[in-house]
Amino acid sequence: MRQNTPLRLHVPEPSGRPGHATDFSYLRLAPAGAARKPPINTSAIDTTDLAGTLIRVLDDDGNAVGPWAEPIAPELLRKGLQAMIKTRIFDARMVIAQRQKKMSFYMQSLGEEAIGVAQILALSKGDMCFPSYRQQNLLIAQDVPLVELMCQLFSNDLDRLKGRQLPVMYSMREHGFFSISGNLATQFVQAVGWAMASAIKGDSKIASAWIGDGATAAADFQTALTFAHVYQAPVVLNVINNQWAISSFQALAGGESNTFAARGVGSGIASLRVDGNDFLAVHAVSKWAVERARSNLGPTLIEWVSYRAGPHSTSDDPSKYRPADDWARFPLGDPINRLKQHLINLGEWSEQEHARTQKEFEAEVIAAQKQAESHGTLATGQTSSVATMFEDVYKDMPWHLRRQRQKLGV
Amino acid sequence: MKKDNKQNAVPMTMIQALRSAMDVMLERDNNVVIFGQDVGYFGGVFRCTEGLQAKYGSSRVFDAPISEGGIVGAAVGMGAYGLRPVVEIQFADYFYPATDQIVSEAARLRYRSAGEFTAPLTIRMPCGGGIYGGQTHSQSPEAMFTHVSGLRTVMPSNPYDAKGLLIAAIESDDPVIFLEPKRLYNGPFDGHHDQPVVPWSKHPMGKVPEGYYTVPLESASVVRPGADLTVITYGTMVYVSEVAARENGIDAEIIDLRSLWPLDIDTIAASVRKTGRCVILHEATQTSGFGAEITALIQEHCFYHLEAPIERIAGWDTPYPHAHEWAYFPSPARVADAYRRVMSPDSAATVGQGGA
Repeated sequence: MRQNTPLRLHVPEPSGRPGHATDFSYLRLAPAGAARKPPINTSAIDTTDLAGTLIRVLDDDGNAVGPWAEPIAPELLRKGLQAMIKTRIFDARMVIAQRQKKMSFYMQSLGEEAIGVAQILALSKGDMCFPSYRQQNLLIAQDVPLVELMCQLFSNDLDRLKGRQLPVMYSMREHGFFSISGNLATQFVQAVGWAMASAIKGDSKIASAWIGDGATAAADFQTALTFAHVYQAPVVLNVINNQWAISSFQALAGGESNTFAARGVGSGIASLRVDGNDFLAVHAVSKWAVERARSNLGPTLIEWVSYRAGPHSTSDDPSKYRPADDWARFPLGDPINRLKQHLINLGEWSEQEHARTQKEFEAEVIAAQKQAESHGTLATGQTSSVATMFEDVYKDMPWHLRRQRQKLGV
Repeated sequence: MKKDNKQNAVPMTMIQALRSAMDVMLERDNNVVIFGQDVGYFGGVFRCTEGLQAKYGSSRVFDAPISEGGIVGAAVGMGAYGLRPVVEIQFADYFYPATDQIVSEAARLRYRSAGEFTAPLTIRMPCGGGIYGGQTHSQSPEAMFTHVSGLRTVMPSNPYDAKGLLIAAIESDDPVIFLEPKRLYNGPFDGHHDQPVVPWSKHPMGKVPEGYYTVPLESASVVRPGADLTVITYGTMVYVSEVAARENGIDAEIIDLRSLWPLDIDTIAASVRKTGRCVILHEATQTSGFGAEITALIQEHCFYHLEAPIERIAGWDTPYPHAHEWAYFPSPARVADAYRRVMSPDSAATVGQGGA
């Protein structure tokens, strides 16, 4: 019997909207310690199960359990916690500075601090990260002077990018931090190319690529996976699934009844899905993927399950599209609190040390801000010379740009 | 034409000259790598990379997936590492999926990173019509690139320039869009499609030094000195403009731009100031085509020397047709008509809205 029921367009919706709590059961969670640890030479297809579950190390009591729990020097954990705290304090302070019109724009990484921090501590000097705009922690964890970051944010006369770039679009080659572009996903395939170059030259350096859940819908995401797989490029492909792309829920990017890690398996890339708010899991999995890449065993895709706790940017108001208390109800919690609890359990941290550390970083951020502001902010207009606007378009300035510069009278 | 007489020059087609340029640069610079669709084992659908993989190995010359965005995006990453990628887009008509990587990334990387990262890549694309290529094997998208700050756009018209310009492009630290008129791959073409093709071996510019030399970027070439009018053109239209002048007894000064942008304004301006008349020729569609920019530049630089309105002869503002190829491709007859109008502007019919 033939039935001609009218077809119906399916448009995914988040379960939680303002005034209604989110049902987080879609997250496909797993208990800490439950997910296995494959050998680093695993084949991609054999990671299918790991792309559909969740690798976790820290249990609800802050203890490290399971096959991914490995001995980590307490110094590294303390360093990681400090970098996360510093990132969060830096973010909070810069949001205020934006409200004071010292810069035009800012983007916090609230709630996602563990991912970049734990991975950069698993990478080596000379490796290159291809970040999106929410990986300031890659720099802060390397102890890049905060003044350097702030001068970029303020577009002042010490801004190494000479006021050309929107705030947060850092570029710091010496810290293995590739120039950020406003165009989403472009850097994902560039990272693969960089890794291919390292392999072409017989180097030992690897690349680390970063993308958000929303940007996986861009063509360059799939392109990067194809190229990484075809050429077995030494690259770690990081997908931060913070559930939101501005106002769009991750289901709208293709996450409904699927994981982003599964996309890696489908492209022939070993893929893992990991608790992004679990510093120990992030570090262990990053180390695994880094070792795999450095051993010529090919690329790894990692979906980091986290939550974008803050607004998308200073131009965004999340209360218009999601519940106000969403983060408090997110099952994977706060990465700082979870590592803090673990370190306290180990006897390597205390509430007092935590409070003191926060105070110290607040003082450090304030001092750095004072120093950066002495070189100007967007509000004071103390920027690099306008003549520099015409430089670096080409290696050498062609006649037409020299002429345009003269017309501007600089 | 500046030639290096110290070297042994041998007959080459444009295909052989381009291949020779890549061979020379693969040999000279270990950071040069070549990849694209079918460029590796097979040697390219136009044979431009034939033998290079066998000679230099598959880590220097290799095949790529059918993904223009991936090819250019990977090349940008390689450039950031320190390589000097030379990539191929099989037809210029298929660069569009790579637009974001070309415009938003390659062109702007040096600027946005204040020189921390650069994209010293060369993107080769066979372009142009006159081959019954229809809509997607005939386009001339140069205006898509000349409009982008940070790109260099280059198009040779003969084997000697093709090799010298390609070596210069590969050595350039700026991203270069290298457009190759596929109609000229095997011989010059003057638009007389009913006549047999003359091979490059019969043309003086088909003699190419075997080793290293460059033709500098931003330098135009006066391919035919003349007194009556200036023709500004590039690619296949160089030959159409020559034959139209010869057949009609017009003493045209023909300038092959070679580098479209940034271009050689001095050579252009000096010629138009001398002749006082100018015809601009290109295969690409007219509206907002590169000819519009040249027209504007001449108006700025040569206004008081102009004795006639500047004429543009271009492809019609339609997609490139298949069956109507020769009504579309700017013919010697159309070009000659433009010469005559420019030579006696007062007698030319007034063209108004809807006019002829």
